[in-house]
Amino acid sequence: MSLDLILRIGAKLILPFILLFALYVQLHGDYGPGGGFQAGVITASMVILASITFGLERAKRIAPQWLVEVMIPLGVLVFAGTGVAGLLMGKNYLDYSMFAPDPAHGHELGILLVEAGVLITVAGTMIAIFYAFVERGR
Amino acid sequence: MALLTLLAIVSVAIVRQRSLFGVVVLASIYSFLMASVLIVLDAVDVAMTEASVGAGVSTVFLLTALHLVKTMEAKDTRRSLLPLFTSFVIGVMLVWGTLVLPPFGTADAPIHKHVAPRYLQQSIAETNVPNVVTAVLADYRGFDTLGETTVIFTAGIGVMLLLRRRRRSENSKAGDTQ
Repeated sequence: MSLDLILRIGAKLILPFILLFALYVQLHGDYGPGGGFQAGVITASMVILASITFGLERAKRIAPQWLVEVMIPLGVLVFAGTGVAGLLMGKNYLDYSMFAPDPAHGHELGILLVEAGVLITVAGTMIAIFYAFVERGR
Repeated sequence: MALLTLLAIVSVAIVRQRSLFGVVVLASIYSFLMASVLIVLDAVDVAMTEASVGAGVSTVFLLTALHLVKTMEAKDTRRSLLPLFTSFVIGVMLVWGTLVLPPFGTADAPIHKHVAPRYLQQSIAETNVPNVVTAVLADYRGFDTLGETTVIFTAGIGVMLLLRRRRRSENSKAGDTQ
């Protein structure tokens, strides 16, 4: 908590942009490099940076423990649920053709959903591991 | 080639370094070099993952883990001849195995003949996603990615189970006294 003023102000300035970059990597993953894994890790790194500079309590106001713990299974459920949705719509598991009238658009939507699931699980897991280590150390 | 030489130098430095803090920093450097190698190989998606996961988050995890343990590597008292021999034999076998691979970068290697052309030609028409890597990852190989996500899920649950045990026992103690 008694860290350098410049470091704290700098971190404060950079935090929203890290999150913005994570969203960019996530949503632009269809067009450029990136996707759920990378965006999830970048999201987690934002929380970790907040925790390092401002302390664990402040970081937990951004990402509370319960939210992180819900995120870990939620992402897998979103991913698997997307597959089940395809199943219910009369296609194979993880076939996204039926999500939109045009099969190609359906695939695009399915990829978006699946990537969101990956993002949620990866971000949740990374933050949870970090919290677990930090709390064990105290 | 320069990058690979640097990788070799960093690996030797990691082996010789006894301070674990130094090892973690060197491992981070190794990951960044690896990411650069992957960019040179035009695998930008993988390079991004390597830079963010390998160099970024895992360095932080190792440092937080280091916070819990001693920071100097203990001197090994056993003889290191057998491990040295084993790793030497395995290394030789791996190099021997690469000898029969097709030359690096050839267009008619089996890996470029099987499903890759279909992915490259059809993915935009079939999925509307210009980044073929994303299309393969989330659509054509959706099952694999589901498995990977499950692995991450399992890892997170495992770490939480291992590391949070102490706090729960404290809670139960507090519950006993009440």
